[in-house]
Amino acid sequence: MSYDFSIIFEKFPIFIPAAIETLKIAAAAILVGVVFGLIIAFGRLSKIKVIYYISTFYVTIIRGTPIILQLFIVYFGLANIVRLDPYPSAIIAFGAHNAAYIAEIFRGSILSIDKGQMEAARSVGMSNFLAMRRVILPQAFKRAVPNLGNQFIIAIKDSSLASTIAVRELLLKSQQLGSSNFRFMEYLVLAGIYYLIITGVLSFFVNKLERRLAVNER
Amino acid sequence: MAKRSDKIMIRVSSINKSFGKNQVLHDIDLTVYEGEVVVIIGPSGSGKSTLLRCINFLEISERGQIYFEEELIVHKENAINKMRQSVGMVFQHFYLFPHMTVLENIIEGPIQVKRIKKQEVVVFAEELLDKVGLLDKKDFYPAMLSGGQKQRVAIARALAMRPKVIMFDEPTSALDPELVGDVLNVMKQLARDGMTMVVVTHEMGFAREVADRVIFMDEGKIVEEGNPESFFLNPENPRVKDFLGCII
Repeated sequence: MSYDFSIIFEKFPIFIPAAIETLKIAAAAILVGVVFGLIIAFGRLSKIKVIYYISTFYVTIIRGTPIILQLFIVYFGLANIVRLDPYPSAIIAFGAHNAAYIAEIFRGSILSIDKGQMEAARSVGMSNFLAMRRVILPQAFKRAVPNLGNQFIIAIKDSSLASTIAVRELLLKSQQLGSSNFRFMEYLVLAGIYYLIITGVLSFFVNKLERRLAVNER
Repeated sequence: MAKRSDKIMIRVSSINKSFGKNQVLHDIDLTVYEGEVVVIIGPSGSGKSTLLRCINFLEISERGQIYFEEELIVHKENAINKMRQSVGMVFQHFYLFPHMTVLENIIEGPIQVKRIKKQEVVVFAEELLDKVGLLDKKDFYPAMLSGGQKQRVAIARALAMRPKVIMFDEPTSALDPELVGDVLNVMKQLARDGMTMVVVTHEMGFAREVADRVIFMDEGKIVEEGNPESFFLNPENPRVKDFLGCII
């Protein structure tokens, strides 16, 4: 049987629901990751020992184990305690995974801001919290953008692992269609095209944002 | 020249500060009166900047006390924040907020910390910018300014809090020589207006012309202090003589 790539065009639209699933999982994982990532970043920067150790432990565990293992622990491993559906399992696992990486991105960008910025803010009588919110974080977010964009792209690609627990996203869709008529290659390429479109659009906007933010840089 | 009042603004009582094993301040006592311009000079590493930073708690001194308007400042966030509203600080490297325009830099403190209405603060900020000669730059970002302009904005930012004292930590040391004059002129004007100032600097001309009192520090101690005439013409301490000999 020879390859017939014309079916890529033909079947393009039927992947749209799967692409939407992929986008939903990735977006949810990124959202959870950003919110908890910021919290964990503050934990990693905390002077309170217990908070520092807990957040450091968390980051070490997540970064030191495969994401698919984390997904299986949530979906299969926790099943004795709570039976989670595939979809929420994926969001929890990927969200928790991204939180650790995003925490390190935020931590790095906060640390990269000159110590003098904090001192200048404190010198006009700002509290630590106010100085963080008004002076440090706006600058740190700006510096985090390139790395965050990179992590978001990884999150989109990693969402394909949800196919292993039967979330009907792009990769699972292509496998299912491929096994129905053994045109694996054509459907895998089609899934690949969808991933490229999604990540391409995302990097376009990240680049655009980067350039806009760079305007006032020294 | 500002005349000296009897009101004490800052009193530093026998503070010590070490970084690791290196003790940079030894039992420093210092009193600054209202309207007085105190200029602190001395070689690098003598503890001048550390002394300033201890006064507004950017460094925490060991032993000893800091009093502001004769009130002991305890090492508590609220007390320190309140004191800092009245004690402005100008840094060697300016530390303007790069994500804010010149005007936004200046109004940030009064609006966020003192909760003053924006319209009111903007009027005052524009007055201050006019005073430092940068009103036309109010919508610029710090990155678009020269070092001298940045430092004048930083001074305006400190003034916007309507402080009772301003401390300057080597305000001209990071500037190109031809930009130093503009900053010093602003500082001289402030002194004439009666602002209480504590200035760490290597600008001997400024010290001689503007200071009410010159303090010489070496190895974490105040070695000599006096009015500028006697200090520069007849220094008593040999260390001071050496230092002035090198510079002048």
